[in-house]
Amino acid sequence: MPDLLETPETTVTDLPPGGMILLRGSLADAAFAEVLTGCGISVPGTRQIVPCTVGQVGWMSPDELLVFCEATASADLALRLDAALSGQHALVLRVDDMRARFRIAGPGARVALAKLCPVDMARIAPAELRRTRLAQIPAAFWTENGADFDLVCFRSVAGYARNVLTRAARHTQGIVLP
Amino acid sequence: MLTLTCPYCGLQADETELHGGGEAHLTRFGPDSSDDEFEAYLFLRQNPRGVHAERWRHVYGCGKWFHALRDTTTLQVFGTYPAQTLTPPADLLKAAGVEPAA
Ligand SMILES: [Zn+2]
Repeated sequence: MPDLLETPETTVTDLPPGGMILLRGSLADAAFAEVLTGCGISVPGTRQIVPCTVGQVGWMSPDELLVFCEATASADLALRLDAALSGQHALVLRVDDMRARFRIAGPGARVALAKLCPVDMARIAPAELRRTRLAQIPAAFWTENGADFDLVCFRSVAGYARNVLTRAARHTQGIVLP
Repeated sequence: MLTLTCPYCGLQADETELHGGGEAHLTRFGPDSSDDEFEAYLFLRQNPRGVHAERWRHVYGCGKWFHALRDTTTLQVFGTYPAQTLTPPADLLKAAGVEPAA
């Protein structure tokens, strides 16, 4: 007999994490931004994630960006950035293997995240990259279409993230976000 | 529930997204200080009942340290300000009803 509260249309799936490059430097420094622009990377505003030539780039802190690109492109891009930033107070680190990535899709995606994160989920708009606490671990998520969410967390806790997300996505029907 | 606005993200961060760092604006006493000064720096804190300047870290967010001025009794938060600040800003002290130190 089916459980009437089950909402199987909200799904949690593993995504290939793709290429990721961690960039550190003063985002307020025009010289730093200029080099990034030259490499096809725009500098997003506070807490934003924006598209760029190489993929997407997200704001992590006033001195940190996370670049999402094709897995096959990250090695080259990291080398190019490193060379272009030589002489500047900056760090380029290829972190393809550092994080796991999930997609929470379906009508209950916001509710599922609201159960796990101290975030006003009703107000998360596309293009916002929200770093927060997912139950007991740090994570970051964003939405492109306003409904489905992509989430990254450290790979060492991917199993935990998958478990809590799957459990939270199971019963979301009838829960209205304030 | 304590909610502090991170001056770097602009987010109203829930207490569970933050890590407390104790009393703010301590003067560090190093190798050339007296034993009394060093002991006071390491161990002695005001721990007031009332207005208190504290260090907090947005540990699950941007990872940055910042300062908050709040009342430990009423839990009223007068404001937050960047870590690169040596004393609480005058406007926050005024809001808290405290005379800025000369
Ligand atoms: Zn922050």
